[in-house]
Amino acid sequence: MSGRVLVTVPRTARRGEIIEIRTLAQHVMETGYRRNEVGRPIPRDIVRLFVCTYNGVEVFRAELHSAIAANPYLVFTTVATESGTLAFRWSGDNGYTATESVAISVT
Amino acid sequence: MKARAAALARLALATLLVTALPRAVSQAPGEPPAGKQSGYAWMARETRAIQDDALANPGMLSVLDGEALWARKAGTAGLACADCHGDARLSMKGVATRFPAFDARLGRPLNLEQRINACRTERQAAPALRYESRDLLALTAYVARQSHGLPIAPPADARLRPHVEAGRAEYLRRQGQLNLSCAQCHDGLADRKLVGNPITQGHPTGYPIYRLEWQAVGSLQRRLRNCMAGVRAEPHPYGAAEAVNLEAYLMWRARGMPLETPAVRP
Amino acid sequence: MPGRRAFLAGTAGLACALVLRPAAATPESMLAAIRALTGGVAPRTGRVRIEVPPLSENGNVVPLTVAVDSPMTPAEHVRAIHVFSEKNPDPRVLSVHLGPRSGRALLSTRIRLADTQTVIAVAELSDGSFWEQSASVVVTLAACLEELPS
Ligand code: HEC
Ligand code: HEC
Repeated sequence: MSGRVLVTVPRTARRGEIIEIRTLAQHVMETGYRRNEVGRPIPRDIVRLFVCTYNGVEVFRAELHSAIAANPYLVFTTVATESGTLAFRWSGDNGYTATESVAISVT
Repeated sequence: MKARAAALARLALATLLVTALPRAVSQAPGEPPAGKQSGYAWMARETRAIQDDALANPGMLSVLDGEALWARKAGTAGLACADCHGDARLSMKGVATRFPAFDARLGRPLNLEQRINACRTERQAAPALRYESRDLLALTAYVARQSHGLPIAPPADARLRPHVEAGRAEYLRRQGQLNLSCAQCHDGLADRKLVGNPITQGHPTGYPIYRLEWQAVGSLQRRLRNCMAGVRAEPHPYGAAEAVNLEAYLMWRARGMPLETPAVRP
Repeated sequence: MPGRRAFLAGTAGLACALVLRPAAATPESMLAAIRALTGGVAPRTGRVRIEVPPLSENGNVVPLTVAVDSPMTPAEHVRAIHVFSEKNPDPRVLSVHLGPRSGRALLSTRIRLADTQTVIAVAELSDGSFWEQSASVVVTLAACLEELPS
């Protein structure tokens, strides 16, 4: 399953401004604690890691567990330091990865 | 466990029915209590916030999937929806408010999913998409999203009328081991609580919805199956004529209410 | 419990599943997880604010916001926020790593709660101290999918 993601970042910001970043990733977040119709455990399939870099430097990282709701939603902040790129990467079980990047212009 | 579940539910409902009786009898059959209200009105502030914010509403991921599929060529005809219908924001605006609609060629009403599948098979020469499949939900959500905020407007089509009436009869019919009709809960008991959860007027205003219980997007048919299973009745197969009639009636009953797709429901 | 859920949710769906509860976390296992993080030190109470609805409509999706009082400067900031739950099968919910470039020690997400329970957020500060706050949430529908057709 391809991972669709939705990221919101202000396109422009003043230097030093604290900006809010919101991310939503399409993922079932199968807990690993459930059983199917025939009573067999359903293997865990979750997003385990989310990393946000700003011009290549990590500014936020989250380690997720089964208790994160399906379609992980994360809101956090960062300081607008310079124009460039915010890159986002989700990774998890069964080789899941999704990426997105957004340009920001800082004045 | 089955027996216990049914017994528990019957107990909860018996109490409800007794307390709600005076109001229930004063209503016309199959009509919601004065003042139609979407399920949204009964939701917690937090759940409403998820629906209201397009960037937090997981149903929007399905709409985005649909947008991508709209432009993708499929089938042996090698055509995308966009090749014939162009910009969905224009061509599909208001379309979802008119479904189910009578299909002259097939001589029966089609719901939106079936209408989309008709284009899949006949126009794209592609295999029909399965009910509740990711792609069918996505296309349906994308098409319905183009009617967001528009009032539900069932066609004044004489050929549709008998189907709406059949749907109404289905809505009023007592069914299942609990021997309850849709009307008993959604007209008679709307506003009451069933083991802590509000019963609403049961309007189909937001489909496909993102249901927290499902942790996924699902169709109106899936929701109706949940209600039928809830009263221990055998749900209609997906897309069965009875189920489409019921859908047509629910849309008629909700006429004038704005579409909320993709709504979020608990 | 299965009774009322079965009634409300009905059957339907191939994803139907029952929650396995081989080792539901206990308040003790949550405390153990917290101690493992802090190296045995009990976090002090304060500086952390948790926002969760006191009553949740569905344990599958419970909005959660955690904020920590901190100037978020290179000299004094929050290094990480860890969230734990008392009764989920695994007490760990998530850990986020922050720094002065975060500007604010603030995080919002949506979590699952298998039952009415307490949620604890622990903040790890740049001076090595740990602070915590807890909140309780009443869940009207526990987190799991539709019931098996019964
Ligand atoms: C080859 C052209 C063609 C393609 C490709 C096509 N359609 Fe259609 N579609 C039509 C035509 C023509 C009609 C109206 C006439 C009819 O079929 O009854 C229609 C009708 C519809 C309607 C009903 C509109 C209304 O006002 O009632 C919907 C919804 C729809 N199409 C969706 C889709 C979707 C979604 C796709 C892609 C999966 C698609 N169509 C692909 C030609 C096409
Ligand atoms: C025992 C009571 C009960 C019966 C009988 C019942 N339902 Fe429901 N229904 C509920 C509950 C509870 C919900 C979830 C909360 C709500 O929306 O009311 C619900 C939800 C719905 C919804 C979703 C509303 C929304 O906002 O998305 C629809 C539509 C619906 N029911 C239609 C029906 C139909 C049609 C029938 C008959 C086949 C039926 N119900 C029978 C209790 C019932």
